[in-house]
Amino acid sequence: MEAPLFTYTLRLADNALVLGHRLSEWCGHGPMLEEDLALANMALDCIGQARNFYTYAGEMEGKGRSEDDLAYLRDCADFTNILLVERPRGDFAFTILRQFLYSAFMHPFFEQLSASKDERLAAIAAKAEKEMAYHLRHSAEWVIRLGDGTEGSAARLSEALADLWPFTGEMFEVDAAERALIEAGVAVDPASIRPLWLETVDRVFADALITRPKDVWMQSGGRRGEHSEHLGHLLADLQFMQRAYPGSVW
Amino acid sequence: MGAVIELSTHGDARIARAREAAARVCDPEVPVLTIDDLGVLRDVRRDGETIEVVITPTYSGCPAMDMIALEVDLALEKAGFVHRKVTLSLSPAWTTDWMSEAGKAKLKAYGIAPPQGRAKGRGALFGVEEIPCPHCGSLDTRRVSEFGSTACKALWRCESCREPFDYFKCI
Ligand SMILES: [Zn+2]
Repeated sequence: MEAPLFTYTLRLADNALVLGHRLSEWCGHGPMLEEDLALANMALDCIGQARNFYTYAGEMEGKGRSEDDLAYLRDCADFTNILLVERPRGDFAFTILRQFLYSAFMHPFFEQLSASKDERLAAIAAKAEKEMAYHLRHSAEWVIRLGDGTEGSAARLSEALADLWPFTGEMFEVDAAERALIEAGVAVDPASIRPLWLETVDRVFADALITRPKDVWMQSGGRRGEHSEHLGHLLADLQFMQRAYPGSVW
Repeated sequence: MGAVIELSTHGDARIARAREAAARVCDPEVPVLTIDDLGVLRDVRRDGETIEVVITPTYSGCPAMDMIALEVDLALEKAGFVHRKVTLSLSPAWTTDWMSEAGKAKLKAYGIAPPQGRAKGRGALFGVEEIPCPHCGSLDTRRVSEFGSTACKALWRCESCREPFDYFKCI
């Protein structure tokens, strides 16, 4: 049984790393130069957040594992990111809608976490909150532009929404260990984020001329290490260097 | 008694000298600004015989931080400090509010629009910004993209002089 705070921090790190990697896959493939830069910048923010969380997790674990050990030397079942972030990057509409759904949750989440009784989590969150504000604004603008754009862009956005929506439920899951952290004032209760998240989603969707799907069955498992095959492929890419050349450095 | 006072003034002079050396280090991505102008240099203090310089990253993933830490270390070495360390601190989170007025003036002269006003919360999220063009001063400008050549900058364009420009984002 791992310490709850370690598990909690590791989940935050894994979400940030996996999403950051998905965003980084766009580098050199963006639909236009400005978006190529934007996606790479958002990737960098996420990976930076992951580094901060991994470093803290490694320190509190006390087994001498560094941020790199945690990122590069764990296998699929050890990763605890939500399934939403490991979905393949898809087309631009898919990537931007995922970024919107995620940052509309993470922005208020980090805002609350910055008041955590755990000083280190609070410090990391205070930085991350500012970054997610830009991710939210940028992705929201694109969701509106695509939804209220051409027939083609609107169709792609709708398709992305149908794909992604069943993966949004996992953001609000809480297990017993996490519940204790919430009661201790260390962790954020995701239920408290939900009204604001829905409000943001509805407001942007109204401008984008799309509707939030009716409540559907939600996918779950990533937080417990039960992943889709996509994470394995992602890790093969992400971890290749350290697996093939253990301990190699720049 | 006299010796103790002498020792502590000697210590303060060392700190002042170390600060001077560290404060001259420039941001590798915006070389017109020093880390002091940016507010990235947070503290210079003494830990026993060791001089400790505390810096804070602008963004979580700022790739310039390793470079800045190395440059600070080199600057201290050149200034003759044998026992030295550079510490990264996350809290309080860096904000453009810490940028000096001198720094903002340097940015503008360099062709980058300095951060406007003070960093705000969620209220400004979907708000409209008014950024004067650093070339001609016109307010008839338009945001091209929230993200520019580095994490700290957005891409803007002036509709009066037609020049594109970077805007140092307010966070
Ligand atoms: Zn102009």
